[in-house]
This record gives sequence, structure tokens and C-alpha cells, in this order.
Amino acid sequence: MSQDVNSDLSRRGVLLGMGAGAAALALMPSVAHATREEANDAFAKLTGGAKPQAGKVTLKLPEIAENGNTVPFTVVVDNPMTEANYVKAIHVMAEGNPAPGVVSYFLQPTGKAEVYGRMRLAKTQDVRAVAVLSDGSAWEGKKEVKVTIGGCGG
Amino acid sequence: MPTPKVKFNETAAKGEILEIKTMIDHDMESGQRKDKDGKLIPRKIVNKFICTLNGKELFHAEMHGAVSANPATNFFITATESGTMEFKWFDDDGSVYAISRQLTVN
Repeated sequence: MSQDVNSDLSRRGVLLGMGAGAAALALMPSVAHATREEANDAFAKLTGGAKPQAGKVTLKLPEIAENGNTVPFTVVVDNPMTEANYVKAIHVMAEGNPAPGVVSYFLQPTGKAEVYGRMRLAKTQDVRAVAVLSDGSAWEGKKEVKVTIGGCGG
Repeated sequence: MPTPKVKFNETAAKGEILEIKTMIDHDMESGQRKDKDGKLIPRKIVNKFICTLNGKELFHAEMHGAVSANPATNFFITATESGTMEFKWFDDDGSVYAISRQLTVN
């Protein structure tokens, strides 16, 4: 499923590649805006349509990432991990990357709702995480990261 | 051949919450980079990671091109039973990298 999400999201990269350089540059602001909507669409697919509410999810990221190739992050969800009520999934997106999907974690009712990973960030942007609970509700947190050197190559 | 690494307290008290730290050395070629001639380098990443205890899933991850090289994944479990923890990473090229550890719960 998440594979499909990213192939949808890479459309922006294809379109950019097709345009002449100057035209593409002129379009940049509106393209960046479209990416946020695409990230919203991608989240909607991953959450089965549940609209994420603000809260419960804390993203721990550096304020400034000097090297966008390796940006450490921790997602903490303020929720128990019992059979009756647990965090089923945590989806992480970087909406300013060529393809916003970063990683999805799928959890069981064990341990605590906290995960750590490292991501690439192409530029300064909002990183977003949505947690889906066992009752089907979805919760979102986000954090802006300033990126000194982008990490997506090209 | 990528080498997986796993670190956690392999002897735990029942009910203890354990942090499981994992990493595998892998380039995670994102599919976004270009070579010297300006051609896109094809994507080749570890796209999935899974951890099981005695065959039961505890955790899994689906990764995309924005996961950094040498992907690290840390998560938490509650120590409830002893047994074999298995960790597997799945490469785009079909390779599977695996490692296992014994967990002893007292």
C-alpha cells in the first residue's frame, strides 16, 4: 500500500523534470504547496480515511540539521500499549522531499509507543508523524527542521 | 553483504520494558540521485524490517527512499516470555538479511 503512495507522490518529481529549468523554478512555490496536499492525501490513505487530530504525537528532531543525509528522529505517542488500547501504526512524512513518505512503523500491544530512526531531508521543511490507534482514531504531530545541506542528492 | 546488528538486554525480568536497537549497513540508494552523466541511479533500499519472538510479530517497518543509509530502527517491547527473537531486513533486490538472538525472561 505504501509503495503505491510513494509512486503517486513521485509524480511531482517527474513533472519537474519535464519542464524547462526556468519554468520549473518559477513554479517552485506552487509545487511546494501541492506537496503538502499530497502528503495529506498520502496520510489519508494510510489512516484509512480517519482525519488526524492534533495531539498525542511528539516528534523529536534537531532544530537545525547540518547534514540532511542523516537526521535522527524519535516519535513518542502519549498512549498506552495494552491489548484494549494501543498504537497500531506510526507513519512519518517529510512533506518537502521529492517523495514525502519516509517510513511506517507497525506496532503490537507491547513495550511503549516510541520509535527511533534516521531520515534524509531535501530542504528546510515540516516533518509530520501520524499515529493510528487500535480504536481507529488518528493523531498528528509535526516539527519544522531547518536543513543546511540537503540530503536527497541530484 | 550487509551485516545486521542488534542490541538489547538479553536477560530481562518479566514485565520489564526493553529497548531493542537495530542497524544494518546498507547504502539505501534512494532512486533520487544522479550519476556523473546526469542519469538517475536506480533505487535499491531495504524496504521492510520485521522483528518476531517465537514466530509472533512484535514490530515491523516499511521504509522508503528517504530513510538514511545504514538504517537504524529502535523500538520497545515488554519482556513476557523467553524465546528466539528473529530480525529480518528485506532488500529491493530480493535479498533477505537475518539475525536471531535468545531472550531469557526470569
